Amino acid sequence: MTWDQMLDLMWPATWETFQMVGVATVVTVLIGLPLGLLLVLTDKGGALQNAPVNRVTGAVVNLGRSMPFIILMVALMNFTRAVAGTTIGWEAATVPLTVGAIPFFARLVETSVREVDGGLLEAAHAMGGGTWTSVRKVLLPESLPSLVSSVVTTIIALIGFSAMAGTVGGGGLGFLAINYGYLRFETGFMWVIVAELAVIVTVIQLAGDLIVRRLTNRGGSGGTTRLLRSRDTPSEKDEELVLPH
Amino acid sequence: MITTKDLTKVYRTRGREVTALAGVDLHVREGEVYGVVGTSGAGKSTLIRCVNMLERPSSGTVTVDGVELTALPGTEQRAGAELRAARRRIGMVFQHFNLLSSRTVQQNVELPLEIIGLDRGQRRRKAGELLELVGLADKARSYPGQLSGGQKQRVGIARALAGDPKVLLSDEATSALDPETTRSILALLRDLNQQLGLTVLLITHEMDVIKSVCDSAALMRGGRVVEEGKLTDLLATENSQLARELFPLGEFGHGHRGNTVLEITFQGDTSARPFVSQLARTYQIDINILGAAVETIAGRMVGRMRVELPGGHRDNVVPIGFLREQGLQVDVLDEKGGAAA
Repeated sequence: MTWDQMLDLMWPATWETFQMVGVATVVTVLIGLPLGLLLVLTDKGGALQNAPVNRVTGAVVNLGRSMPFIILMVALMNFTRAVAGTTIGWEAATVPLTVGAIPFFARLVETSVREVDGGLLEAAHAMGGGTWTSVRKVLLPESLPSLVSSVVTTIIALIGFSAMAGTVGGGGLGFLAINYGYLRFETGFMWVIVAELAVIVTVIQLAGDLIVRRLTNRGGSGGTTRLLRSRDTPSEKDEELVLPH
Repeated sequence: MITTKDLTKVYRTRGREVTALAGVDLHVREGEVYGVVGTSGAGKSTLIRCVNMLERPSSGTVTVDGVELTALPGTEQRAGAELRAARRRIGMVFQHFNLLSSRTVQQNVELPLEIIGLDRGQRRRKAGELLELVGLADKARSYPGQLSGGQKQRVGIARALAGDPKVLLSDEATSALDPETTRSILALLRDLNQQLGLTVLLITHEMDVIKSVCDSAALMRGGRVVEEGKLTDLLATENSQLARELFPLGEFGHGHRGNTVLEITFQGDTSARPFVSQLARTYQIDINILGAAVETIAGRMVGRMRVELPGGHRDNVVPIGFLREQGLQVDVLDEKGGAAA
């Protein structure tokens, strides 16, 4: 294969990968973010404390997380046809990609939001803020750097999964690598694609890190850090943490 | 301004019960600075958090500025609309400041104003005034992470005042600060109390805080208020534990066996009178001064002196009566240094 032949194949495939990952990321954030918040808010001590909802949501998320992606693609075939109108090509691959990424992202959101200092929520409550205020003015802005880094992690995972989707006719760079590189023994082409994927992932990670650093670079935290707090003045606060709420 | 009646709070963990408040009656008058002091686990933190319902008391009532907060609907995690409205009139400052790291100082102060629903221009103006008031106008654009502890607490105070509250709750506001910063923050609270007529309820484990800023105080132990009142009254109360802790003379000598040891507390004008020499001259007795200290408490000069008189208690009934007639408060100590009847 000549470079020209490779490039002619790679451009459209790269674009397909970007579309797949782009659409899947947007939908994943739109659904996964509220889902992650729901996991935190319905948990014990949360503003919307609700054990059944929390348990069911948690179970669904765990199920989604434990399902191997390749099985998910096959299992969702009918759903994919209903949503995308087809079961092959990048449009079709976007559906299982999204479904697979939502629980993954929701757990990352949950972890990020839990990191927010409970004292900040308390302050918002003491000011007369409600649940919505807590979410919008405290939880989301305070966990923003961590959320952005979760989105970056999700995008990179999606690129990996999209290549896997290529093996079953999903289009994009993965499809190209399997069909030309593996099935037609064009090993050189396969490595070119692998290198391209590596470059894409690296660029996204670096861009993400840059954004996160911009968001975090505000001279540290608003209060004393968690680490300091446990060794702080021996007030009854620390003891009360042991007590249940 | 703040009244609690028979307030109790019981935590339940896996069958185990912990009583944090065992029936607390508190009354904070309008315009005063009221301090609750106690050791760790005495329940003072729970008490202040029950005042604005950050924690729901197990029983009893809390009334702030005429509104019975315990009667308003909501749970600990989720307050009803009426309780949220009431909270907007109660400012609170925290030990760990609890400022949002993602917002500038100005934006932090604007947060309660956003909750109240003021427009951008009003918020900016009000936040500017408040930062001016706490002496941080030049830090409006800084982030909390760039400030010192004392500055952070000033921002916390400015934020707490944003809703024009009548009541300010201070939850160990100075406990994470060094002594000098503590003094400046306490002076600020005192100024705000006087300038704005703000009623302040503060909790602390430091007697110095009570001494330097409070009009009244309560001592908590084991979830109960064991003693409370105006500082000036407490100091004039015989065998007051709070007065003893406010003004300890513990390290001084305890005199000789068989002699009478007195602790004399004098306030205001009585501090100017030479009662020791008067006593010595009138009754021809040798007075041994074991220790003495003078301090300013609640804006008044207060002195305490431990003296030893020859002979037992019975021999000294007349001199003690003389001292009491002078308007001095006299506690007779037993041999162990504690107060005897």
